[in-house]
Amino acid sequence: MKINLKVWRQKNENTAGKMVDYSVNEVSPDMSILEMVDVLNDDLIRKGDDPIAFDHDCREGICGMCSMVVDGRPHGPQHGATTCQLYMRNYKDGDTIYLEPFRAHAFPVVKDLVVNRGAFDRIIAAGGFISVSTGQAQDANNLTVEKAVAERAMDVAACIGCGACVAACPNGSAMLFVSAKVSHLNQLPQGKPEASRRAINMVKQMDAEGFGRCSNVGACEAECPKEISITNIARLNREYLKAVFTSTEE
Amino acid sequence: MKLDSKIPEGHMSQKWENYKEHARLVNPANKRKLDIIVIGTGLAGASAAATLAELGYKVKAFCFQDSPRRAHSIAAQGGINSAKNYKNDGDSVYRLFYDTVKGGDFRSREANVHRLAEVSLNIIDQCTAQGVPFAREYGGLLDNRSFGGAQVSRTFYARGQTGQQLLLGAYQALERQIGLGNVKMYNRHEMLDIVTIDGKARGIIAKDLISGKLERHFGHAVLLCSGGYGNVFFLSTNAMGSNVTAAWRAYKRGAYFGNPCYTQIHPTCIPVSGEYQSKLTLMSESLRNDGRVWVPKKKEDCGKHPNEIKEEDRDYYLERKYPSFGNLCPRDIASRAAKEVCDEGRGVSASGRAVYLDFADAINRLGLDVVKARYGELFPMYQNITGHDPLKQPMMIYPAVHYTMGGLWVDYELMTSVPGLYALGEANFSDHGANRLGASALMQGLADGYFVIPYTIGNYLAGEIFTKAIPTDHPAFEEAEKQVRDRLNKLMNAKGDTPVDEYHKRLGKIMWEKCGMARHAEGLKEARKEIQELRTEYWKNVRVPGDINEFNPELDKAMRVADFMELGELMVMDALNRNESCGGHFRVEYQDNGEAKRNDEEYSYVAAWEFKGDNTEPELHKETLNFEEVQLAVRSYK
Ligand SMILES: Cc1cc2nc3c(=O)[nH]c(=O)nc-3n(C[C@H](O)[C@H](O)[C@H](O)COP(=O)(O)OP(=O)(O)OC[C@H]3O[C@@H](n4cnc5c(N)ncnc54)[C@H](O)[C@@H]3O)c2cc1C
Ligand code: SF4
Ligand code: FES
Repeated sequence: MKINLKVWRQKNENTAGKMVDYSVNEVSPDMSILEMVDVLNDDLIRKGDDPIAFDHDCREGICGMCSMVVDGRPHGPQHGATTCQLYMRNYKDGDTIYLEPFRAHAFPVVKDLVVNRGAFDRIIAAGGFISVSTGQAQDANNLTVEKAVAERAMDVAACIGCGACVAACPNGSAMLFVSAKVSHLNQLPQGKPEASRRAINMVKQMDAEGFGRCSNVGACEAECPKEISITNIARLNREYLKAVFTSTEE
Repeated sequence: MKLDSKIPEGHMSQKWENYKEHARLVNPANKRKLDIIVIGTGLAGASAAATLAELGYKVKAFCFQDSPRRAHSIAAQGGINSAKNYKNDGDSVYRLFYDTVKGGDFRSREANVHRLAEVSLNIIDQCTAQGVPFAREYGGLLDNRSFGGAQVSRTFYARGQTGQQLLLGAYQALERQIGLGNVKMYNRHEMLDIVTIDGKARGIIAKDLISGKLERHFGHAVLLCSGGYGNVFFLSTNAMGSNVTAAWRAYKRGAYFGNPCYTQIHPTCIPVSGEYQSKLTLMSESLRNDGRVWVPKKKEDCGKHPNEIKEEDRDYYLERKYPSFGNLCPRDIASRAAKEVCDEGRGVSASGRAVYLDFADAINRLGLDVVKARYGELFPMYQNITGHDPLKQPMMIYPAVHYTMGGLWVDYELMTSVPGLYALGEANFSDHGANRLGASALMQGLADGYFVIPYTIGNYLAGEIFTKAIPTDHPAFEEAEKQVRDRLNKLMNAKGDTPVDEYHKRLGKIMWEKCGMARHAEGLKEARKEIQELRTEYWKNVRVPGDINEFNPELDKAMRVADFMELGELMVMDALNRNESCGGHFRVEYQDNGEAKRNDEEYSYVAAWEFKGDNTEPELHKETLNFEEVQLAVRSYK
């Protein structure tokens, strides 16, 4: 089939970008959308044009590297999937697809569809961990964790740090990402001693990075490829308020 | 240089203890004065960088992705082994050690493997304490599953995302140290050369991938945790960016390359669907716990819908050939068996290069919900890629390149043949011999990073406390940077007409056909010539768009493929040199009715290749493998 593309092209952070039209012939339904862009890039390079820059690595929905807004939706129309997991059998001959970068104040564009998500790492560095240095652990089975709690922790630990939640949010808020990490660690007995510090420090860093406020729009949950629930944001808000009122630290 | 593996004295079970008791230490005040460079933030690199920083060393860590959390380790699905014996089913450190040596077809160094089995216990403790949400039983204790090549249940897992969860644990430990200022992290940086001064590793040349600028970094020691090189085949289960450059540059600076031809071809991957294919997706080996592998008995049935093929017309060939391990036989054996039935013309799918993996029995026995719960994401993942529902009809699978057992040669301390240069994780050759067992790579990466290097590096750095940081205007840095710049310019200036990927695919085809699942001398000789020709053409005719001084992923790829082109030739030479079949290395000339035939008399050694110059043959050094504990035997899974 033939697919038409409208792609955001931007040389670097400091230049203006614009949408450019392309088309790809002989698209197979078994291709992923990224493989279709590979085919287009091959063509562009042979013609002496600049290929489209986009982030990707695992191409199986787990590394969180691929981004892209496909037809106005971060990671495209398919629920619970990343861009790299979007297959062309979902499209038909003659369709037009829009490809744009994740747009958010805290994610500056590097080139074309590539953005800088370094702010997420800095939020984790501020508190998204359990302070246990190598060698300090007790035997793993000395600590029991209720199966249901472990499962719930796993549900949120599944976050791939892609940033689609931020790109989906009209306020550019990172609350879903932050709440997923806080819920993962604060629910587990191992994470309890630092629960308050963690919530406070991560939220503080999030604000410092220029992410917007959460106003309960719910777009983040709808676009999250790992189906992280928005109820985690409510949980984070509770944890945060509790922490602020009870904290004995600065 | 003579190869000294530095295996400690004493009984196998005492060697590591002996080593630790006698290794030199660095006092805390001196640690603060020592710089360590860590290349890579996968399980090996992130665990090493975090732990060394916790100990007080000054660490710089590098990765080419936009965040350390995205290293290829994130994609590991099935699980991690540990000899905890929580199931009380007869496991022990010795048994894990034995299984690994046997699984590796008696081509690994016993002392390293034993240490690995010992520290496997600590890994699970550490990860659990970090908050890794391993699967649990109703009593709240940790759950286990079984995996290929073992008769006990020793695999810990976190749904189908074990690698992700372990990596996030290590990444969070790393971020904690970054936040404390003990690690400086360089994302989107690619190491392009090692700097050696007076024979010791003293730093690196890295490219800032955003600006294209070359940077010089000094270190008292350099750790390569850069992963495997399966992407030399173009199509593999590895992430798109996985590459050999760090290891290859080290090789060209004097680090020996160990057993380059040992490649693991994983039996359960989604088959190739077309020329545009960019990677192959692994379906976790854990599926073989409940899935049964089969093909039609008769060629005529291959075109039929699988559900219409009667039970008696199916050949469950793994169960037939290997009754005691059945569908759980090791990877190399399962892969070769799939190739064999497809070669006989009994393969399924349009291409005829696929076999069935069937869950119907498991669903009858356990119920749909249990099977679904057990394999979490895997079924929807398969359905999304292929358009078929594996709960309604069998999956189609075929072997694909997955892991490289070969890598930089290291001694017991994980030091390469260049003093001060270490290799950890998949980047080294160390623990898996000629074939790796499932769930053992994660174990090895974390063992190396959390529990081995923190001890062994002290033994070296204790002798470096008087070495002041060497300024990076030293001639050795100048020279290394110039070489990198020349390579970049040469690629940019080739201004040919063919994109990098096309060359990469052509290289991959040569490797897959002539140095893949079955190899023979004639094919290998042809492959060597073809690779040389392809390489010459590449440097003349490749087209790299854009500029040097900007974000340019095509240029980065071109540098990686240039190194793959050289590595491919060494792999072929190594495969040609090894006149035997062992593990993942199957030479058709050496077999007993399809079973690999080892030659212990002549080939019980590690092949360590030394670079001698671009136009000179590399020199082969042999590290003889002495087996003190395990009796060499024909590896039987029948
Ligand atoms: C799909 C899949 C599933 C798997 N499942 C399992 C499993 O269930 N159990 C198991 O035990 N094993 C499994 N494995 C194998 C295992 O995941 C890997 O062997 C292991 O994770 C490798 O870890 P590593 O730390 O050595 O390297 P990687 O995780 O590959 O990390 C490499 C790092 O090096 C960096 N890097 C590389 N080159 C450079 C350079 N030149 N400059 C700067 N940085 C560089 C990268 O950025 C990255 O951070 C699986 C592998 C695959 C492909
Ligand atoms: S919460 Fe969802 S959308 Fe946000 S970073 Fe995590 S996986 Fe991506
Ligand atoms: S490329 Fe890894 S999640 Fe898409």
